[in-house]
This record gives sequence, C-alpha cells and structure tokens, in this order.
Amino acid sequence: MSIVIIGTFGAIMIAAAIFAIYSQNILSAIISAGVISLLASIIYILLAAPDVAMTEAAIGSGLTTVVFLLALRRIQVNQAEKEDGSAEEVIDD
Amino acid sequence: MSLVSFIGFALILVGLWGMLTRKNIIRIIIGFSIIDTGIHLVMVSIGYLPGRTAPIINSAVDKAQAASQIVDPIPSALVLTAIVIGLAITALMLTYAVRMYRERTSLNIDDYKELKW
Amino acid sequence: MIKKFFTIITVLLFALMVLPLLRQIAPFEELAPVAAAYAEQGPDQLGAANLVTSVIVTYRGLDTLGEVTVLFIATAGVGFLLRRDEEDQLPGDGVPRETPREASELLGSGSMLLFPLLMLFGVYIFLHGHLTPGGGFQGGVVIASAMLLLMLARVSFHLNHLIISLVESLSGFFYVAIGVLGLILAAGFLDNRILPLGEFGTLLSAGAIPIIYSLVGLKVGTELTNVLGTMRLTRTQQEEDV
Repeated sequence: MSIVIIGTFGAIMIAAAIFAIYSQNILSAIISAGVISLLASIIYILLAAPDVAMTEAAIGSGLTTVVFLLALRRIQVNQAEKEDGSAEEVIDD
Repeated sequence: MSLVSFIGFALILVGLWGMLTRKNIIRIIIGFSIIDTGIHLVMVSIGYLPGRTAPIINSAVDKAQAASQIVDPIPSALVLTAIVIGLAITALMLTYAVRMYRERTSLNIDDYKELKW
Repeated sequence: MIKKFFTIITVLLFALMVLPLLRQIAPFEELAPVAAAYAEQGPDQLGAANLVTSVIVTYRGLDTLGEVTVLFIATAGVGFLLRRDEEDQLPGDGVPRETPREASELLGSGSMLLFPLLMLFGVYIFLHGHLTPGGGFQGGVVIASAMLLLMLARVSFHLNHLIISLVESLSGFFYVAIGVLGLILAAGFLDNRILPLGEFGTLLSAGAIPIIYSLVGLKVGTELTNVLGTMRLTRTQQEEDV
C-alpha cells in the first residue's frame, strides 16, 4: 500500500521538479518547489521518521518558500523603480 | 526503501540539470533546493528498515528490545540538521541574488562574467 | 550548443556515478552497530524517550553546536548584505509608490488570536523534544512563523532588534555554558547528566536535554525571525522614502 503512495508522490515530485525548472513564471516555480518538500514530508512519515517530517514540512515547504517570495518581492520592487526597458526580463529567463 | 532512493536520485539529477542549464539566478537557487530535498530523501531511505517503527520509546516500543523494533535514528538526526542548514544557505544565496540584482539590474547569469576565463 | 553537450555529459556522468549506489542499497535487516548501541543504552543512559533527540542533543551534541554556529553565520551574512541604510538609496528614488494599506479586520484579529497560540505551540514543541517528535529546531521554526504572521498582518510592525539579539546571544552563551558544566560535573562536553535523569517519560526527565533543546529553540527562532525581518521589505520604509 505504501509502495503505491510513495510511487504516486514520487511521480508528482519529479514532475513538479521538472515544472519548477522549465515553467515560464518564476512564482509557480517557487510554489512547485514548495510542493516537492511537502510531498517529501509525507514520504518521511511513511519511512518512520516523524522528526524529519516535521522539520521538512515547517522549513522545507514553509519558510523556504516564504524566503524565496520575500527575495522575489524585493527584486520586483527594485525592478519597478528602475523603469527601464529591462524590467520584464527578470520574471522569465 | 529503494523506491525512495530512486526518487531522491531522480530529484538530484533534475536539480543538477536545472542548475547547469538555466540562466536565471533565482531558478538556479530553486535547482539547488531540489537537489537538497533529493539528498535528504536518499539519506532517510538508507536509515529505513522495513516493518519497524519510529525511534521513540513509548507504549509501542519495548525499552529492552528497542534495537530490534526501531529504524535507524542517526540518518534522521543528520537530515534534521541538514534541512535547517539548507534554509540558512538558501536565504544567504537569495540575499546575494538581491544584491547582485541591485548592482547590475540583471538576474541573468550570463551578465556576470568576472569569474569567466 | 557545445555548452549543452557538456552539461549532458556532466549529468550523465553523475547518473553513472550514483547508479551503482542505487543498485547496492539493500534494505538492512539489523541496525548498524552504533545505532544499535544508541538504541540499547540510550534510554537508560540519557533518559530521553525520543532517540533522535538524544542523538542530536547529547551523542552528537558538538555537531549540533557547530550547526547552530553555521546558522548564526548565515544569519549574520544575510543581515550584513541587506543593510538597512542602503535600502534608502535605491536608484530611481522619488517615484511614487503604492501607499501602505492596513490589513483587513479579519486578518488583524485573526493574527492577534493565532499569535499567542503559535508561540505556545512552538514552546510546547521544544519543551517536549525528548518525549515526542520535534524539538528545538522545529519549535524555533514555529516561533519564527508566528513572528512572520505578525509581520504580514501588521503594516507597521518593527522587530525589536535589542530583544532579538539579547535572546539570541544569551541562549548561545548558556548553551556553551551548559556544555562546559557537563565537562566539569559529568562525563564530557554537553553531557546531559548534570541534572538528575528523573522518571523516564515525564516532562522533567532526561537531565539537561529539555534545557539545551529550549535554548536551541530560542536561538533558532530568533535567528530565523531575524532573517525574515531582514529580507522583508517594510511598507513603512517605503513610505519614509517617498
């Protein structure tokens, strides 16, 4: 049973990783990196490591995502203030 | 469980690919955090023993026979600290990204040629 | 194109390197000798029910001290690189910015209701680190999340850096001081048996482990709060600039 759950979550995680690498919007890339961590924390529960699961859920999917978003916001505020033509290219690569 | 190791190694490879091919610095950092998660999965899966329970002595685990009923606590402890360090390193890298953007108005790694030969 | 070729080669070589590892990982039948020793002797020796905690705080206590130091250095690096005074000299200053908007009634009241509960939960997690899953790191992160909630809900919330640096340095100092006490009163650095072990499985047990883990929790909580507070772009700051 747990093999099925882990296999499904693993497939979603790898798909989310590829999406995080190749999506156009950097915001959705950050969110999908958070999703990877969240699914990993469920896998840790199935691997009988509740301490690691707590840490990964709180840090990996919680605070890391927040730190990414705060940095992105800082960059976007800087970007809005510059007002030059290069303003759009920060979001896509 | 080797399925989890496989997932972990796949995440490491995807993250490495992303770090090497993407140009945006923020996306390179995302690739790094994917590698991080993959390594943690591999380490925890090495400490797992089938059919055993978490390394906490309570009503489910007999204190005298704990060694035959629990999974390995050492990989859990290592990964726990590694996750916290990973957050600190990610925050530091993002701070560098913000600073670099402030100096050069660009997040494209190709615009930073100082260390190229 | 040639760059992409090299990238493919690198990733393939890495895959080739890990492939034998992947094949050789066989599920162990027994615990490794060190882990088995921890499992057999740990509960009686240290009195902590959670073996992960006893590994982190006591058996590998020096590593945890080093790890907390790395966290501190990274936090100092974040604070150093994003200094406040430079924020005022952004290029293109004088462009009218969006005026700060107060948080809605729901968000304000909800954060006031949730903040004490989150703080209590964080303290609960690191005080019970030796009994249940969790500990200083998780509890510290919950405390940092509570502070993050305040930062998000209150427009004009400013961190009191005096309190933060005081709590942070004092908890770091007492962490090392307890370690040295272990050197004097018990078997070695960060030995938890400087206090009586108490009854197994109760809150006041496991010697100094709850104290050490609480200090770690306070230290991690304040450090991460500081990271979040430094990386956050305060609205009032933007307002002052205009």
